[in-house]
Amino acid sequence: MPFAKRARRIFRRARFLLYWSVVAMAAGCSRREPPADLVIINNVEPESLDPALIVAQADMRIVSGMFEGLTRLEPVQAHAVPGLAESWDISPDGKVYTFHLRTNLCWSTGEPMTSADVVYSWLRALDPKTASRYVEQLYYLKNAEDFNNGKITNAELVGVSAPDKYTVRAELNSPTAFFLDVCAIPTLAVVPRQTIEKYGDHWLMARPLPVSGAFDLVAWRLNDKIRLKKNPYYWDATNTQAEIIDLLPVGSPTTALNLYERGQVDVVWDKELIPSSLVDVLLKRPDFHKFNYLGTYFVRFNVTQKPFNDRRVRQALALAVDKERITKRITRAGEMAAEHLVPPGTHNYQPPPGLGHDPERARKLLAEAGYPGGKGFPHFEYLFNASPIHEKIAVELQQMWHDELGIEMELRQVETQVFWGMQQRLEYQMSKSSWAGDYDDANTFLAMFVTGGGNNETGWSNPHYDELIAAANNELDTAKREKLFQQAETILDHDEMPIIPLYVYLGISYFDTNKVTGIWPNMLDDHPLQSVRKIKPQK
Amino acid sequence: MYFIRRILFAIPLLFVISALAFLLVHLAPGGPFDSERKPASPEVERNIKAKYHLDEPVWRQYGRYLGDLLHGDFGASMKYQDHSVNDIIAQGLPVSMLLGGLAFGIALGAGIPLGFFTAARRGGWQDYTGSFVALLAVCVPSFVIAPFLILIFAMKLKWFPVALWVTPWHMILPPIVLGSYFVGKVARILREGMLEAVHAEFVTAARAKGLSETALLLKHALRIAMLPVVSYSGPMLADLLTGSFIVENIFQIPGIGVFLVNSSLNRDYTVVVGLSLLYAILLIGLNLVVDFAYTLMDPRVKYE
Repeated sequence: MPFAKRARRIFRRARFLLYWSVVAMAAGCSRREPPADLVIINNVEPESLDPALIVAQADMRIVSGMFEGLTRLEPVQAHAVPGLAESWDISPDGKVYTFHLRTNLCWSTGEPMTSADVVYSWLRALDPKTASRYVEQLYYLKNAEDFNNGKITNAELVGVSAPDKYTVRAELNSPTAFFLDVCAIPTLAVVPRQTIEKYGDHWLMARPLPVSGAFDLVAWRLNDKIRLKKNPYYWDATNTQAEIIDLLPVGSPTTALNLYERGQVDVVWDKELIPSSLVDVLLKRPDFHKFNYLGTYFVRFNVTQKPFNDRRVRQALALAVDKERITKRITRAGEMAAEHLVPPGTHNYQPPPGLGHDPERARKLLAEAGYPGGKGFPHFEYLFNASPIHEKIAVELQQMWHDELGIEMELRQVETQVFWGMQQRLEYQMSKSSWAGDYDDANTFLAMFVTGGGNNETGWSNPHYDELIAAANNELDTAKREKLFQQAETILDHDEMPIIPLYVYLGISYFDTNKVTGIWPNMLDDHPLQSVRKIKPQK
Repeated sequence: MYFIRRILFAIPLLFVISALAFLLVHLAPGGPFDSERKPASPEVERNIKAKYHLDEPVWRQYGRYLGDLLHGDFGASMKYQDHSVNDIIAQGLPVSMLLGGLAFGIALGAGIPLGFFTAARRGGWQDYTGSFVALLAVCVPSFVIAPFLILIFAMKLKWFPVALWVTPWHMILPPIVLGSYFVGKVARILREGMLEAVHAEFVTAARAKGLSETALLLKHALRIAMLPVVSYSGPMLADLLTGSFIVENIFQIPGIGVFLVNSSLNRDYTVVVGLSLLYAILLIGLNLVVDFAYTLMDPRVKYE
């Protein structure tokens, strides 16, 4: 039977081939690399490692380890301390910063780094061609916004210059109390000009890649890992604690927890990476840490449309929300119910009293607005993007407003990429929102709601509010500045309520403090990689 | 001749697929650069769009895309801005192919014996048990099997790692999870084919000649019953080789299955089109292989 023979031979060959290809591929896959000193799960694959392009906070945690700015954040409270700049002078009016660079600065390739590199890096981020999405962080510089908008093309007009090799002069539009914190944001980090000009968009793939920070990038495999190695040329290399750090991109909380429990990773440091169904149980363990975080979950009203163009309606809805119920039933990690947009604990700021929870007053206000007992109140939609937490909160709000005010809300869930556009174009009536601070100052939250602000997205506008924010940012005195911000916030989340703050986020990380040191809880959830270290077991 | 014609015919088909994928993903609401933060200025937004030619009409974008494609360039990812689609495929496809290949081996290696066994013992308790197992394998989704296996074999017994893709040891649980559905499917297809084959005239004739039941099943029925399994193997392999979102996600495996799903959620246009094309190429190619295998296995099949 020739067929049977032939088939058998083919099958035998195929089996043989399959077997050896599997063995060969398996061998090829098990790359021999030295083990890392420290393995960290940092959240999903970074969108980029280019300081000028990144937006996500998790990406910034990696990039800050590779590229440093004039200042850097210290690990305990995440306050700005000298980085590439050793010291600085601030003019009496608070508008001119003169930074003095360290004289021993080197790229990781050994070449010297100078003030020209700083100027290049800032102008590159501002260059419209770079298309940086986080570029507002540089708008405090004189003429920076116009340069970024293409209104002026002469880079020399932008308020940054290098009077000599070790001096950087920054001229600001107004005294910006938090400018030193801004200098630590990766958008302002110093990047290698020659490499960027040589390799263009793929400059991060250049090897060796010159870096200005504590770690060299040695391997970057998509969805696999990022490996960083101590940069011996870094000015503070003697204090870099770990030799090799592996950062694993993991998006599934369960997988992160499993890897941690089996001892495959040392640290998981993102609040999104704790399985939400286990949050209350896990947080009782000593190796799970929670801390206040500079982020708020809130609801936006579209104030350009009925019925939410009426201040009383917005207040009534806010008063009817029992925020404790949301934090106790849904988020369950012990979050604080929020009466304000600015989280308590923000540097130099104490939020004013909020509106509180008062269903009785809510009903009265709704009646005053012409909807007694919710009668005649138009149906409206609550817009949110797909996520179990957002959905549960939406349902809870729906229930509360139905029970307390007798009004009906419909839920509308859309894909995340669709959601942002709809929110920006005000194609919603009420929508889920959240905001995490870029730097530890009330301005990062309050400036969002000035008239026409890019991230206002409510259509709300209040001239008095705008004046207060502008005045606060011209004020040099910390106490007076705080007062101005408090007045502004009273307008925002007491009198006018274009938003309803729901709760303040918690930062969550997990690692065994007996095994890992150098991570402190702070409002920004920022943990410089160079200070983290695994404790060697004592024999 | 026939196969050459088929290959030539596949080329316009791939064009149609790429055009459709391109058009559909551009028609979907939302874009790759929509995010929580509004671009700092309209100028920045314009520049982002210009960088990826999103400011041009779709037909011109498609023309540009085709031009690059003919040079073997799938374009740059819009979400992972430092990587090209070629980069994503080059890094992810070998991993997904290994995972899929192993799962394919499991699907055939366990599915064929199971199907044969249940057919040979048809009506007996072994048949019911075996068929139940096959049905279970088809019905229970991988996002249930995976945590279950991880809990027992990785967390409790500690025989295998919980996730990642480093040593051969890491490559045991994921292929089992991925292959389990296909084990059941192959077993069921084979069993059905066997039951049909034993009623064929030539089998009755062989039986009349006094051939033993085992020989009958192995030599005659199995050969005929394998044909539907072979034709199912083509698309199955294409499915397996392009990775699995769920398995790659749960086990944190750096394949392209995750990209296949996430790119469409992220509206990462170039990655969506590139990976759709890759899938189409695999599917068409493997179907060709299946048809070719037919000519080897079944003397009745001839292509003109």
